[in-house]
Amino acid sequence: MDISWDLLLNAITAGLLLGGFYAAVTAGVSISFGMLDIVNIAHPAFIILGSYIAYFFNIKFGVDPILVSVIALPFFYALGAAVYQVYYLSFEKRGQESLRGLAFFFGLLFVTEVSLILVFGVDYRYVEAAYIGPSLHIGLIDLPLRMLVPCLAALAMFSALQLFVTRTFIGRAIMAVSQDQMALQLMAVDPIRIKRIAFGISIATAAVAGALLIIIQPVEPSVGREYIGRVFAICVLGGLGSMPGTLIAAMLLGVVESLTATFYGPSWAPAVSFGFLLLTLAFRPAGLMGR
Amino acid sequence: MAKFSLITIAVGAMVMAGAHWVHVDYLYFASYTILQFIVLATAWNILGGYCGYVNFGSAAFFAMGAYSSVFIHKIYPLPVPLLILAGAIVSGIAGFGMGYLTLRLRGSFFAIATLALAVVLQTLVVNWEYVGGSRGAYIIRPEEIEFAGITINYIEYLFGLMLLLAVIALITARTIERSQLGFGFATIRDDELAAEASGVPTLRIKLIATTISGAFMGMAGAPFPYYIGYLQPSSAFGLEYAVNSIAMPMIGGTTSWIGPLVGAILLGSAQQYATVTISSAVNLLIVGLMLVAFVIIAPNGLVGLVQGWRRAWRKP
Repeated sequence: MDISWDLLLNAITAGLLLGGFYAAVTAGVSISFGMLDIVNIAHPAFIILGSYIAYFFNIKFGVDPILVSVIALPFFYALGAAVYQVYYLSFEKRGQESLRGLAFFFGLLFVTEVSLILVFGVDYRYVEAAYIGPSLHIGLIDLPLRMLVPCLAALAMFSALQLFVTRTFIGRAIMAVSQDQMALQLMAVDPIRIKRIAFGISIATAAVAGALLIIIQPVEPSVGREYIGRVFAICVLGGLGSMPGTLIAAMLLGVVESLTATFYGPSWAPAVSFGFLLLTLAFRPAGLMGR
Repeated sequence: MAKFSLITIAVGAMVMAGAHWVHVDYLYFASYTILQFIVLATAWNILGGYCGYVNFGSAAFFAMGAYSSVFIHKIYPLPVPLLILAGAIVSGIAGFGMGYLTLRLRGSFFAIATLALAVVLQTLVVNWEYVGGSRGAYIIRPEEIEFAGITINYIEYLFGLMLLLAVIALITARTIERSQLGFGFATIRDDELAAEASGVPTLRIKLIATTISGAFMGMAGAPFPYYIGYLQPSSAFGLEYAVNSIAMPMIGGTTSWIGPLVGAILLGSAQQYATVTISSAVNLLIVGLMLVAFVIIAPNGLVGLVQGWRRAWRKP
C-alpha cells in the first residue's frame, strides 16, 4: 500500500492538536461523571452555549473568544452550582438519580439546544480572530494556528485543573467525595458543598471548551450531539475520574479520528468514538488508567 | 388478562370504525403519528419504566425499523405487515446486542451507549448509498390496497396497522406488568443488587426487556417510509422521537401501562395542534420544558398525581 508519509505525519499532528482540544471538552465530564457520578449528558449543550456566548461578544464587540470565555467562567460556575442544587434537591436526596436524573439532564440538553435554535437559528456561526487562518510550517508538518491555539489553551486549562485537584484541599475533597462521603463528613466538610463546587467547576470548563470549539469549527446548535458520544467515550476509555487518563484517551481518539478522516473521509469520523466506547465497555470497562 | 385484551381490541375496533366514519385524510395522518408515539412510549416504558434503564436511542431503533423497510423495499416490495416483522427482528437484535455489551456494567453506561448509538447509526446510514445516503430515499405509496375483496385507502390501511400495533404493545405491556417477568423487572428497578442476591437472573431479564423494547420501536418505524413517502436520515433519526418517547411516559407516569398511553395521547395531540398553529421548534421546546418540570415536580407523572389526589380524597 502506498502511504504518503507527509500526509500521515500531518494527520497524526492534526490528531494530537484535536486531542488536546478534546481533553478540554472532556475535562468537565471527567469531573461530573468520573468523580461525582453525575451523568451529565447535557454537558455538550453547555459547551455549545459557551460557543454562542463567545460568538455573540466576538461579533458584537470584537472581543477575543478565549478572553470572552475567561470572563464567562464565574457565570458558568454559578450556573453549574445552581443546576447541581436543583439536581441534588430533586433527585439525589430522594435517591432517584438513575432514571429521573438522567431524564432531567436530557431535558436540559434538549431545552438548551432548542432555545439556541430559536434565538440564533440553525445557520453555522463562526468567530473572527487574528490566529484563525495562518499556519506555522516546521519541515513537512503544517501547524494551523486555529488548531494550535485551542490546543495550547486546552492544555493550560487541563493542567490547572489537574494541579487544583491534586494539590488543594478542596480539590482533594472532590476526589474523596466520590469514594467516601462519610469520611469527608467526619473531617467536618460538607459533601454537598464540595459536590456543588465541583459541578460548578465542571460547567465552568464548558465556557472555555465552547470558545475553543467555535475557533476550530463553525458551530450550529445541534453540533453538541456529536460530542456526547465522543466525550463519554474519552471519559470511559481514560478511566473514570482519572485526569491523566482522560488526556491520554483524548489524544488517542483525536489521532484515530484524524487518521480515519484523512484516509476514509470525514463523514466516518463520528463512528470512531462509538467503536472506542463499545470496545472499551466490552473489554476493559475500567479504562486505561482506571482504579 | 383476557378481559383486558378484549376491551383493548374493542376500543381499537371502535377507533377504527369511528375514523372510517369521519373519513378525513388529515385525521388519519395526525392520528397515525399519535398511535406511533403510543407504540414508542410503551416500548420505551417496558425498559425504562419497568426496569429503570434509560434508553436515549429510541430514534435509532425507530430508524432501524424504517431503514430495514427501505432496504427490503429496494430488493422486493413485500407487504407492510412483513416489513413490520422485519423491523422488529432487526431492532430486537440491536437491542439485545446493546444490552449484552453494556448491561453488565453500571446502569448509566447503557444510557450513554444508546445515546452514542443514534449518532453512529446516522453516520452509517448517511454513508450508505444503497438506502439513499444523505439524500434520502423515495418510496412511492400506492393509492389504495385490495384487502379481502374490498379496496381501502392506503393511508387508512397504514393507520389500521399502527392501531393494531398500539393495541398489541399495550396488551404486551400490561401482560408483562402482571407476570413474574414484570415482578422481576420491578426488583431490578428497586434494588438490582438485592434482586441479584435473591436469585433473580438479572442479566437475562434485562436482555429480555431490551429486546422486546427495541423490537416494538422497530415495528413503529417499519411503516414510516410508506407513511412519509420520502425518508431522509435527519427525519428518521429526528430528535423528536428520542425526546418524546422519554417525555411521554415520564409525563404520563412510568409504573403502569396507562402512563405512556395518557402521555402519548396528551403530548401527541398537543404537538399536532402546536405544529400547525405555532412552530415545530417552539413545540419541541415546550415538550422539553414539560419533561424537566414533570421529573422535578411530579416524579410519578400524571398517573401518580391522580393516585395521590384519590388517596387524599378518600382519607377524610
